[in-house]
Amino acid sequence: MRALVLAVAAATAAATAAEIGPPDRRSGYDFAGPESRAMQDDDTANPGMLGVLQGETLWATKAGTADRSCAECHGDARTSMKGVAARYPAFERALARPLDLEGRINRCRTEHQGAAPFARESEDLLALTAFVAYQSRGLPITVPGDAELRPFLDLGSELFHRRQGQLNLSCSQCHDDNWGKRLAGAVIPQGHPTGYPVYRLEWQSLGSLQRRLRNCMIGVRAEPYEYGAPEAVALELYLMKRAQGMPLETPAVRP
Amino acid sequence: MARVLINVPAQAKRGEIIEIKTLIAHPMETGYRLGPTGAAIPRDIINRFTCSYNGEEVFRAEFFPAIAANPFIAFFTVATESGQIVFSWTDDHGETQTEIRQITVE
Repeated sequence: MRALVLAVAAATAAATAAEIGPPDRRSGYDFAGPESRAMQDDDTANPGMLGVLQGETLWATKAGTADRSCAECHGDARTSMKGVAARYPAFERALARPLDLEGRINRCRTEHQGAAPFARESEDLLALTAFVAYQSRGLPITVPGDAELRPFLDLGSELFHRRQGQLNLSCSQCHDDNWGKRLAGAVIPQGHPTGYPVYRLEWQSLGSLQRRLRNCMIGVRAEPYEYGAPEAVALELYLMKRAQGMPLETPAVRP
Repeated sequence: MARVLINVPAQAKRGEIIEIKTLIAHPMETGYRLGPTGAAIPRDIINRFTCSYNGEEVFRAEFFPAIAANPFIAFFTVATESGQIVFSWTDDHGETQTEIRQITVE
């Protein structure tokens, strides 16, 4: 009986392995091969920079019924957008929920420019997001301490630790408990959102964090969240909190 | 016009071996994929890249459907004299995009 209790206690402990502490946090960059790292490090070899260039053009392009560009309100992105991506998703009072960076850009388009929102994962939205996030390259991820965010962080944490899909796996079981080991040929990373939108060689294009999350969810045979869904944003928020202090690398290159 | 990133050293010593890196935005659609309706997506790739240095061709490549999107090409040449380095990419529609960079050789 005593042995059984100990066994159960041990199993419970294993199932609730602690969050990865700051000294042990590793970006996906550290798990990538030397070729992918070299590609990310050289701005003239990093294909994500093509998206950043396109985003720079979009930043200065007039749009919508207001016929205004991003630059006319926000000025020079190098100063006005510095550090912004590092603190997103951020709480939007008018909606009473957090918005991801893509959602914020689309809201700016509909509210202030009078333009149609960009489709999720469209080249334009990814490019503009990459351009904005690029201004925070090298800055530490800093999730705001707003009390309003607390319930959404809790929801994100709950989703991260909840088993789901036909394979009945939680995010945490791979990315907290088994990072560094291999899933087939690929090393399991810790799952820190340090370089989004990321240029993934498998996609041959830029893609958002939510596209990556949907990939994982399809992998465990779960029903993926829609782009911009409250659950997806909550999960994104929790992941940013989990990576607090790690520098942004946008646009990162991943295999 | 597709977006292009080109890295040519602005200055070089005569006889120095220089590395040139180019990256161009292009979907490089293979022609082997099917669209949502089951119809084949027509092939659309860059099939030819050339680089000339003061009018003399120093590098040329033929591309085929197995080349990934946004092709990146790096190669070396010898810095002989100051002048223009001209890059051109030609796609399946016969359209050519040309970019020019200057180099100063001392």
